[in-house]
Amino acid sequence: MKSETADNIRSGKPIVKLRIEAAKKWQMLDLKELIYYKDLLYYFVLRDFTVQFKQTILGLLWAVINPVFQMVIFSVIFGKLAEISSDGIPYPIFSFSAILPFNYFSQSLSGASNSLVGNAGLLSKVYFPRILIPITPVLSKLVDFAIAFLILIVMMIFYGISPTWNIVYLPFLILMMIMASLGVGMWLSSLAIQYRDVRFAIGFFTTLLMYTAPVVFPASLILEKFSYTAYLFYGIYPMVGVIEGFRASLLGFRPMPWDLISIGAVSSVLLLITGALYFKRTERVFADVA
Amino acid sequence: MSTTAIDVKDVSKAFLIGLKDTRKETLGAAIFSWLKSPMQNYNILKRLNTYRHNEESEDLFWALKNVSFSVEHGETLGIIGDNGAGKSTLLKIISRITNPTYGYVDVNGRVASLLEVGSGFHSELTGRENVYLNGTILGMSRKEIDKKFDAIVAFSEVEKFIDTQVKKFSTGMRIRLAFSVAAHLETEVMIIDEVLAVGDAPFRKKSLSKMLEVAKSGTAVILVSHNPLAIQQLCKRTILLSHGKIIDSGITDDVMQKYLGGIYNDRTRQEWDLDEAPGSKEVKLIKAEVRQIEPNVPVIRPGDSFEFEFVFYLMLEEETNINVTFHLNDEYENLVFIGSTALTNIPYTAGTGYLKTICRIPSDLLNGGTYSVTKLFVLKGVSDLIYEHNEILSFEITNNYAHAHGKIGKIDGLLKPKLHWEVVANVESEIML
Repeated sequence: MKSETADNIRSGKPIVKLRIEAAKKWQMLDLKELIYYKDLLYYFVLRDFTVQFKQTILGLLWAVINPVFQMVIFSVIFGKLAEISSDGIPYPIFSFSAILPFNYFSQSLSGASNSLVGNAGLLSKVYFPRILIPITPVLSKLVDFAIAFLILIVMMIFYGISPTWNIVYLPFLILMMIMASLGVGMWLSSLAIQYRDVRFAIGFFTTLLMYTAPVVFPASLILEKFSYTAYLFYGIYPMVGVIEGFRASLLGFRPMPWDLISIGAVSSVLLLITGALYFKRTERVFADVA
Repeated sequence: MSTTAIDVKDVSKAFLIGLKDTRKETLGAAIFSWLKSPMQNYNILKRLNTYRHNEESEDLFWALKNVSFSVEHGETLGIIGDNGAGKSTLLKIISRITNPTYGYVDVNGRVASLLEVGSGFHSELTGRENVYLNGTILGMSRKEIDKKFDAIVAFSEVEKFIDTQVKKFSTGMRIRLAFSVAAHLETEVMIIDEVLAVGDAPFRKKSLSKMLEVAKSGTAVILVSHNPLAIQQLCKRTILLSHGKIIDSGITDDVMQKYLGGIYNDRTRQEWDLDEAPGSKEVKLIKAEVRQIEPNVPVIRPGDSFEFEFVFYLMLEEETNINVTFHLNDEYENLVFIGSTALTNIPYTAGTGYLKTICRIPSDLLNGGTYSVTKLFVLKGVSDLIYEHNEILSFEITNNYAHAHGKIGKIDGLLKPKLHWEVVANVESEIML
């Protein structure tokens, strides 16, 4: 084998030097390393996505069926029977515009929380930046998100709703949604591999998250029933700002809720930072507990 | 030019183990402990964390203790040891899967660790997709894999199925593909655990020569295997680990002999009192011994004559012809020969009482190495087995290096017979005839 290795050694070309020692308690993400492993991330995401619908009959259609059925049920129960207010927006599109980001959020969370446990075999056999594992579902669920987004566009055409200029803020809202998902995802994944209780709690946790998010009701209801302070507190939950932002920018029935969005943005950044820190702190024990 | 590829310095790794679960005596105590069990479980899970402990804790288990060694570029180092000796933990530390508790490892170069073949292989993906996935997991970039893809597929011999889902592959095909990916890594350091034992014989041979090629290309290789032959073929130097410590290191043959000899702990003599002696209702084994014949020589050397002695106590109702047979094996579990009284012409019968058998091994027969009597049979007549004893004796025939023609290491071959040679010069006239 004519190898670069031998050439490198012969020519005395500097090669990677590394010291492996007892892990430090706190450390930051090594971004240079993440860039080195970008191809691995790509294949992880590809694997996650292709495997998801393998050996199913409906395949990608599932990415559509789930949110559509949720929308129908919500529209009948909360829209028709309970007559919950929807800020004057037709209830189906009102709920769908929330189901879209929320499903992404909850799917990323359950994907991330299972990710480390599901890849335990890899963790104890190969080195690569562990953080790639919870990042993977957060990225691969973006494909489902994009497919469901097409349904929203179809619905907007059906209801004759045209987006406002505020749609320029949509990428920012999506980024916020990804950051919040990744932040919580990192927390849950590293908790789950140490304490398998998380696996049992996650189903109940996402249901809880859904009913506390303004999915079936508008956030304005909080303002109406409680106070502005409560409303701002509510905004700490990042999905509140994301969902209300989605509605405002796409459907335009109300102005952009910048108060909710800015509070939510701060808390998603905090979630992301603390999630990464906690992940890096616990990372060193993964191989031992996996 | 050789440079240090891996420098392992005082590496220690501790795990917490052995938490006793106490059984509750009363219902009240049981309910109480059930109520507080979440707290207890939390503490137990916390203990899995290998970094929080004080050294005196008695639940502390040192998987590795002050291990130091280094490997040069282009060198292949073997690591052997029993299960639980700390081999895998050591490899995991060097491959960055887990951190040491104390000490450090300096690595010069990219490390590829093959603690398993086919890490991350997914059966729903095609062979092609898996090559890329597995390759990137092992640290290659997509471009590198693009370059080597054809070579990888050719080596694995699964060209025809490369776009088929891996779940439709046979186990052998899967393993061959996985090994091929690993074999085409080009890193400065390679860590291999037992992966040579994959595939069928021709593929194993191919893998072995590929590994030799890799080692020659300047890569530092660390190899852990239970297969002494693989280690002997690939590694000049070997480390013997036992209970987390290096107990021997040096030339592979020497370390290997010590290791394989150590398995049997050199039992050259075993003796029992009659009432404790192992055996059946017709015969008890009282003594088994192997010894040098020459007085005042403590060891058996290659070429020496030595003898086995087996003493039995027989409890037979009538005088019967008794046969004693044993198997002598070498350290690689090869049967060297079978010794049996049935093969001699000594007719004897025995009833109740002691029976002593001595078997003398002629001089100039066996070469140096570790040998063991793996089986001892006592038979009535030639076919009626009345007792069988396994792994009874183990001993070493100690190589005398002074006679090794100036070369250090084991003289190859199982036997060391004194051969009769005739060497005649100037025989043209004879050949012409």
